[in-house]
Amino acid sequence: MEKKSIRKAYGHALADYGAENTDVAVVVADVSASVQTRFFAEKFPERFFNVGITEQALVDFAAGLALGGMIPFANTFAVLFLRAAEQIRTSVAYAKTNVKLVGSYSGLSDYKDGPTHNIECDIAVMRSIPNIAVVEVADAVEAEKMVPEVAEYDGPVYLRLSRSEAPIIFDENYEPKIGKAAIIRDGSDVALIASGVMVYRCLKAAENLARMGIDAYVVNMSTIKPLDLNVVQKVAADTGAIVTAEDHSVIGGLGGAIAEALGEMKPMVLERIGIRDTFTETSRSYDALLDHYGMSVEDIVKAAQRAVKRNRQIHI
Amino acid sequence: MREDDLVYHPDSLVRELDKIAQILRLDALEMIHRRGAGHPGGSLSASEIITALVFHHLRIDPKRPNWEERDRFILSKGHACSLLYAALARRGFFPVEELKTWGEIGSRLQGHPDRLKTPGIDMTTGMEGHGVAVGAGLCIAARRKNLNFRVYVLVGDGECQCGVLWEGAMIASKYHLSELTVIVDRNYVQLDGPTHEILPIDPLVDKWKAFNFATIEIDGNNMRQVLDALDIADEIRDKPTVIIAHTVKGKGVSFMEGEAKWHGKPPNKEEFAKASEELKRRIHSYGEEID
Repeated sequence: MEKKSIRKAYGHALADYGAENTDVAVVVADVSASVQTRFFAEKFPERFFNVGITEQALVDFAAGLALGGMIPFANTFAVLFLRAAEQIRTSVAYAKTNVKLVGSYSGLSDYKDGPTHNIECDIAVMRSIPNIAVVEVADAVEAEKMVPEVAEYDGPVYLRLSRSEAPIIFDENYEPKIGKAAIIRDGSDVALIASGVMVYRCLKAAENLARMGIDAYVVNMSTIKPLDLNVVQKVAADTGAIVTAEDHSVIGGLGGAIAEALGEMKPMVLERIGIRDTFTETSRSYDALLDHYGMSVEDIVKAAQRAVKRNRQIHI
Repeated sequence: MREDDLVYHPDSLVRELDKIAQILRLDALEMIHRRGAGHPGGSLSASEIITALVFHHLRIDPKRPNWEERDRFILSKGHACSLLYAALARRGFFPVEELKTWGEIGSRLQGHPDRLKTPGIDMTTGMEGHGVAVGAGLCIAARRKNLNFRVYVLVGDGECQCGVLWEGAMIASKYHLSELTVIVDRNYVQLDGPTHEILPIDPLVDKWKAFNFATIEIDGNNMRQVLDALDIADEIRDKPTVIIAHTVKGKGVSFMEGEAKWHGKPPNKEEFAKASEELKRRIHSYGEEID
């Protein structure tokens, strides 16, 4: 199975799109080599601004660029945007400046640097601020295709990127849209709704489930806000059993969003795969860390089985 | 070049602006009194600075509040917005009558400045510290878009305790943003008390110098000095400028001057009557010749 770096795909896509749209500017807080904005920097040094380790000013500076008609992509590690939460709320979200916040090294993907660098709550924070679209990509293809989509979206976006080399899910025909979920596998017994690197794990889980006679939908919910309620409604109605999966806390992220939506729509069986309200650890591999914290393919399979069983019990 | 060659403001202009500064003080206090909320101290201290900018220095057009080439003004100390609202209204950005709606549900005038609601407000502010970094971004955008505007940012002195302000200052000096003028309303008092007791910010001029800003120190309640300093700052090349404007918190109302308790407290009926009488007397003292 082919794997590709999400951040590198993002970096190249940004440099390519920068050629098309001269209003695009890139701002970064001393992590250009890490988050791969260096390709843009090489091509467009006059539109590239490295502002050092100033995450709060990074956001305000980007807001200023947007006020002057630019489309700034402000880049740092996802965890470091927490430092600028108030700047994001005041100068970007409330002021509706057209800033694109790109949080790289999301979830546990910076496994080598450990719990200080891992981030389990960025989606929860961003999602509860009005006016910001929250987007997470599942593979390098989606990362690449999402760049123009984010740039041309009218308003603030938080784009969450994994540091990892992720298995390729999508082909060149895939066209992601902010606010639209993609059903990438049809099912009838249970729906696996995932974002980011957990989408691939859900596909693997669905294959295993199929061998057990359980047909699982797999939904790539790349936009966590605004949530695609039509798709949630459809797969919920078809199956009555939902499993969410994300490399993020089960509190406030995709699982939280789906729980809120179902609670107001039609309460039904829900199992959430994610970080269970805990800090994590350093690891020698990303996959091992995800497995260790309850996000393995096997964990998804078990959650799906539980969901199917609970759903049947309700309907007996 | 001698400073005298650069700057000249006729007495009549200085007097006229001085009178406007007093009128705006009365407007702001009336607004704060009517609403029963607002920040008298830091609004009154900034009246000469805001008057000089809105009524003389800024290249703005009330008929075209979103004119691309207009100078930008960021009231980073957003709590002084009553005075800015009064200035914008009297400059023609919206009806003076509308000032009465300040703080009501549905009003275009929010408790702190909102760029999306109020004509003439260039940036949403209210939380301390943002203006310098936002201003730096605007200056860069102006260069990229070949727009010939300047950016003026008014910050409080308590605001100079914010880390993000100095982050912004480093960015502005990295890019030699001579289009940026920062003005510090150095009124020596913040919400909880005197700045030197809460968290000392001196030596303030040296701090800005160390961040590679050109520095100008003035009496910020002296209209001529404010006008001169703004002109000088425009001429400085290769680096941003800061004007340290020494002012008096609550300036113009004797019982409010220098008192921390007037940072965020509205005057009651008697206090407003007393303040109003004092300000009206001063406004009348400018006489008929400039009306």
